[in-house]
Amino acid sequence: MGEPLTFHFDVDGDNFTSAGEASLSMKKNLRQLGISPEIIRRVSIAMYEGEINMVIHAGGGTADVTVHSDRIEILLADRGPGIENIDLAMREGFSTAPENIRNLGFGAGMGLPNMKKNTDSLVVDTALGVGTTIRMTVLI
Amino acid sequence: MTVSDLSKQSGFRSLAMPFPDREVSGVYVGDLLSWVMGRANEGDLWLTIMTNVNVIAVATLTGVSAVLLCEDCEPDSELIKLATEKGINLLVTDKKIYEACLFVGEALS
Repeated sequence: MGEPLTFHFDVDGDNFTSAGEASLSMKKNLRQLGISPEIIRRVSIAMYEGEINMVIHAGGGTADVTVHSDRIEILLADRGPGIENIDLAMREGFSTAPENIRNLGFGAGMGLPNMKKNTDSLVVDTALGVGTTIRMTVLI
Repeated sequence: MTVSDLSKQSGFRSLAMPFPDREVSGVYVGDLLSWVMGRANEGDLWLTIMTNVNVIAVATLTGVSAVLLCEDCEPDSELIKLATEKGINLLVTDKKIYEACLFVGEALS
């Protein structure tokens, strides 16, 4: 692979039922590129959690994925309310998701922890009232 | 054992079976989607009572061999349509999750 490949996705914040579209397309793309199933799994899980978070908390956002020869970078950006306490948000089981979201099987407080678990590096840049950017890297 | 064989043997009703020959290599049980997402393995049969469309996304991403909706949790037609579209085997049973697990455990052993 020479030049890195880039993929851009808009994550619709109004449509909770279509959440996951970006991750699913990306999974397909990575499969076509011949990336190993374990790497695909990690990228898909991390990206899906990020997508769900953007839909639940931020009214949508964007996902940009860059596939390099040695790593995959995922950049998630939203203009949501920001994360008030990142230490708490990183803790398994902590969630600020509302009741209706919990009834759908989300809001278990596993989003960010799952993203961290499945990536080799995760950097969160967040500002209250401005938005959140998450940069994740998975080494190939 | 394949999903199709399991369905025949168990009487678990098939709602969508785009890949009848997929091998069931393990079992996972859970309703919290993020939890399932991080822990279910490729090829697992996933038992749940969740029937919203996000189930299909999680099933696709984790690569489970089939979703078994337990305790008579009948999904709407949208979920069945989506399962077919996305290539997810979808079964349903009136058994409680524990009883369904016992049955599957025996069938797989």
